[in-house]
Amino acid sequence: MIQENFQFVLILAVVAFIFPFVGVAVAWLLRPKKPNKLKTTTYECGVETVGDTWSQFKAQYYLFALIFVIFDVEAVFLFPWAVAYNQLTLYALVEAFVFVGILFMGLIYAWRVNALEWQ
Amino acid sequence: MQQLLELIKDPSQIGPWFHDLLMSLGLSVELASVVGDVLGVLLLLIMVLTSAIFLIWLERKVAARLQDRVGPNRAGPYGLLQTMADIVKLLTKEDITPVGADRVSFNLAPALSVMQIIMVAAIIPIGAGVVAVNLNVGLLYFVAFSGLAAMGALMAGWSSNNKYALLGGFRVVAQLLSYEVPLIFTLLAVVLLAGTMNTNDLAAAQGVRYFGFIPGWYALLMPFAFVIFFVAALAEGERAPFDLLEAESEIVAGFNIEYSGMKFAWFFLQFFVNSLILSALAATIFLGGWQGPFVDQVPVLGIVYFGIKTTLVLFALMWVRATYPRLRIDQMMTFCWKVLVPASLVVVLLAAVIWKLPVSANIRALLLSGSNIVALVVTLGIIGSRLRKRVDRRQDALNAASAASA
Repeated sequence: MIQENFQFVLILAVVAFIFPFVGVAVAWLLRPKKPNKLKTTTYECGVETVGDTWSQFKAQYYLFALIFVIFDVEAVFLFPWAVAYNQLTLYALVEAFVFVGILFMGLIYAWRVNALEWQ
Repeated sequence: MQQLLELIKDPSQIGPWFHDLLMSLGLSVELASVVGDVLGVLLLLIMVLTSAIFLIWLERKVAARLQDRVGPNRAGPYGLLQTMADIVKLLTKEDITPVGADRVSFNLAPALSVMQIIMVAAIIPIGAGVVAVNLNVGLLYFVAFSGLAAMGALMAGWSSNNKYALLGGFRVVAQLLSYEVPLIFTLLAVVLLAGTMNTNDLAAAQGVRYFGFIPGWYALLMPFAFVIFFVAALAEGERAPFDLLEAESEIVAGFNIEYSGMKFAWFFLQFFVNSLILSALAATIFLGGWQGPFVDQVPVLGIVYFGIKTTLVLFALMWVRATYPRLRIDQMMTFCWKVLVPASLVVVLLAAVIWKLPVSANIRALLLSGSNIVALVVTLGIIGSRLRKRVDRRQDALNAASAASA
């Protein structure tokens, strides 16, 4: 049963990946193709673009990504716990409290050192 | 004829019936299951696309009505064919790749975005047992594939070689990742109560009645979780007030600025269908999905109930979009990490504690609902007092400035 389900997911993934390219291919048959130098310039404000686009940028985004990873991994650990919760003893509740509590401290720490401020 | 009526009455039997039909034609078990799966995939694809066509019309019509306009009304009756006309237009538009773009990522990005919505649509049960794939890890699968949207948007923004697009791409990742955290935690609270991640079982678990008549919808058991989910869904669906990743007045159009023709159409489709899927998920796990009166006798009614609930949630999303102005990025991030994330953690812990209390199921449900409402009121109170303080400070500063100038 489970194998059959993932067979469906596999077929779906292949079809869902190819399908957008089919749409683009159909459009390729129908659309005009007359690129020129002006058309393909970067669309910014009418004046020629200055400087390199792929430069260093705000580190704040990176900080938030780091905090996100922590919470996402936490969720991965908590999902199995939640599924089995009705069969677990009170001990599991205490354990989860300790686990979530430590991460909560982490969030409070990030808050205190102003990692959550957008500067 | 009798069999056909039975199938219409209970659509969840169509899959097994079709499998038997293929077997009776002389196909082996494996081949029959592959053929059945391929047809199921195509059916899902068609359903997603047709719903998108209707949805875009509905969104424009609702937004127009809320803003005292008429909306599309030229192509077909009530403008129903407007989306078809748009598709034809976009198909015949010239496709421009900007100079200096990273071609591989540039072409791959719209495909990944569309892939995400089609993959995620597969786990939504539209009726009792009527679900494209009945995965036992349904919600985890949903969370996993939601990440693909941020991926596609970041690739689009980075590869366009455009500074506005890059800014939009960064904002997409920051916003989608941040709001994913409260979304996951509210899902966790629901999983905890139901003891399953299967979306169909989650809808079925809400069939219990408390005190004999109150439906066991998780939106009633955990109103605060539902509110958090709704706000997070607004942000995940890139809708106003959280639409600053495509803020027209700041960064032109965000990550999809350099896209034209069919590739732009894919991003457009992703935006609209994503909201539909998020509201369908909200209806499934918080509003009882296909649960409703007489579903046990006539399972096909479940599709109607599910449709009504999804449309109501979707309408609420559109309503908010047409009503509220856009947030600034610092407000958006602060709201997520300082309000929604702690609040969603509290919701999970509340659910865990109350679900283990040694009292009857009715009392437990009442306690959970009550504690959720208290938590919601306290949170709103804290936000309100903070905002009032800030307004007061600003007023004091203004008064001081005017006193100094006088």
